[in-house]
Amino acid sequence: MKVPTMAEYMAEGKQPEVLFWVGCAGSFDDRAKKITKAFVKILNNANVEFAVLGAEESCTGDPAKRAGNEFLFQMQAVTNIEVMNAYEVKKVVTACPHCFNTIKNEYPSLGGNYDVVHHTQFLKSLLDDGRLTIEGGHFKGKRITFHDPCYLGRANDVYEAPRELIRKLDVELVEMKNCRKKGLCCGAGGAQMFKDAEPGNKEVNIERTEQALEVQPDIIAAGCPFCNTMMTDGIKNKEKEDSIVVQDIAELIANAQDL
Amino acid sequence: MEYIPNILFAILLIAGVGYFTKNVRKLTRNIKLGRDVDRSDNKSERWKNMAMIALGQSKMVRRPIAGLLHIIVYVGFVIINIEVLEIIIDGLFGTHRIFETVIGETVYGFLIGSFEILAVAVLVTVIIFWLRRNVIKLKRFLSAEMKGWPKSDGNIILYFEVVLMTLFLVMNASDIPFQEAGHGNVISQYLYPLFEGTENIEMANMVERTAWWLHIAGILIFLNYLYYSKHLHILLAFPNTWYANLKPKGEFVNDAAVTKEVMLMMDPNADPFAAPAEGEDEGEPEKFGASDVQDLHWVQLMNSYTCTECGRCTSECPANQTGKKLSPRKIMMDTRDRLEEVGKNIDANNGTFVDDGKALLNDYITPEELWACTSCNACVEACPVNIDPLSIIIEMRKYLVMEQSAAPSELNVMMGNIENNGAPWPYNQMDRLNWKDEN
Ligand code: SF4
Ligand code: SF4
Repeated sequence: MKVPTMAEYMAEGKQPEVLFWVGCAGSFDDRAKKITKAFVKILNNANVEFAVLGAEESCTGDPAKRAGNEFLFQMQAVTNIEVMNAYEVKKVVTACPHCFNTIKNEYPSLGGNYDVVHHTQFLKSLLDDGRLTIEGGHFKGKRITFHDPCYLGRANDVYEAPRELIRKLDVELVEMKNCRKKGLCCGAGGAQMFKDAEPGNKEVNIERTEQALEVQPDIIAAGCPFCNTMMTDGIKNKEKEDSIVVQDIAELIANAQDL
Repeated sequence: MEYIPNILFAILLIAGVGYFTKNVRKLTRNIKLGRDVDRSDNKSERWKNMAMIALGQSKMVRRPIAGLLHIIVYVGFVIINIEVLEIIIDGLFGTHRIFETVIGETVYGFLIGSFEILAVAVLVTVIIFWLRRNVIKLKRFLSAEMKGWPKSDGNIILYFEVVLMTLFLVMNASDIPFQEAGHGNVISQYLYPLFEGTENIEMANMVERTAWWLHIAGILIFLNYLYYSKHLHILLAFPNTWYANLKPKGEFVNDAAVTKEVMLMMDPNADPFAAPAEGEDEGEPEKFGASDVQDLHWVQLMNSYTCTECGRCTSECPANQTGKKLSPRKIMMDTRDRLEEVGKNIDANNGTFVDDGKALLNDYITPEELWACTSCNACVEACPVNIDPLSIIIEMRKYLVMEQSAAPSELNVMMGNIENNGAPWPYNQMDRLNWKDEN
């Protein structure tokens, strides 16, 4: 696995094609790290010149902002923007819809203007340009359902890129009763990931998992590290972890190609 | 003497429209209590939104049954206004069915004929609506916030429609010259036999006049009822969709006051004790977020008056679906109730607001509701008139966190971690690339 940093590129006097923004989950969460690695393998395989910020990356501030701490958010944003602007970053790809949304929509008015894409959009563009080929392999005929992340779907109207990638896997894409614009949250957004839920009669991720189970999938595809965790927990709660897997689209593609 | 009906009519009309105008003034004054926000960019897209969503009902039909029924009532309402215009002219000038002479019998007959059919369609629809509310008891109409006035309000309007449509049909059926001409009486001809025959002419005339007067009086009462009702949406849906947020739903505004402070802190050359630059207004230190309606911006306040209490937002809300206290519809209803209360306070105190020891936060909306939101935007997406309950929730969270340091303790831990480690978890920023060498 080749994972160059922006600093290394800079030292060579070069610019990578794209900055891979790993995000806090992708850097530290054990489950999400697998997604990060799967994505890097695909990038390596497609000969994409990318770089990460490594220790120079910091939280985008998304959870602080959604929790109402505007000050902390802007401190984080301005710091990150300073780093990215110093490296003259033009294009950013990230596997986290929260980082994607924040850098794409909320950084520009603070001085950070980049072309920001979600990793499913980036992979789709690699596919369109013929730099990446996806073949189903061992997924052939499996039933896959895709859980729309709120911050990718409703928040930014990205619904098709992930689905087009999934279809390339030669699988049967089945839609839950709540999908696309009507997708149900996994329960982690808006900083909920970091606290217990308010009293109610059910956890949101259980409700969503039940919706997924209704369509009897072999695989639940996710496009967000937080959704991934929530759905994985839901599947465990339903004691279905032996028959159903939750995987990020990057992992599905990396697996299909035995990377 | 012969002008008495015309004069009476003019008085009725002026009283009805006058009272309405007074309430519209109050409405705009209340909305303007909100902070300023610029929503005048991109006009062509705004017109398009209004045409599609308010006029074209594009978001209504996402629920096909309710959508279709709503369109019938909506079209009926819009078209009936042509009839109302005729009534007003007739009433003021003592004419009878003036449009018939202006546009000719055939076209007039066609118009009135389609009104009659619509009137029946509206009657049927209203019955279905009533059944949905009162007999089938759709979950959407039963939430905690739908007790008392909101519940009766929904029904009252249905009764109104029944009365107005019936009056319209009776008015036509008892209008003997109209019936004898036989143009456009597609429905009312079946009621006509009740009034037919010479000995009944007097009675028919009386019924016709009574229905005519009640019809226009009913419409004026309806007009004035709007202000007190969720049915204000039939007017406000238009500006509300025009001024709606056009940015991606995930984009939350960056507070400019905070930006100024942050830039100052980040700038190594800034002198924190420097006097404010010339022309720069020190002013009151800005309050962060919102604890009361005056802290919200005017579009959010207009949103609250536009809310139809349809509950589409709440029925899509993941927090609400899983039994949490949060209901985005309630957020909107609370905002309107509080705004009305503030407005009445201003009226009672000669135009200035006198602190009443209450606020939107805590007295109406509790922190428990606010903290249950996942910021998923389902409510915003679901709203047929582009209301944004989420923006109010976030503003109130801002107030809780930045003014009161009242976040749930786990969130304080998360924020402390971001501040110290650059991640919501307690890991060292230096370890961010460790995954590279792990298996
Ligand atoms: S954004 Fe908040 S209030 Fe709106 S639907 Fe989602 S959880 Fe409910
Ligand atoms: S906010 Fe919109 S969706 Fe919710 S009740 Fe009001 S009108 Fe209906």
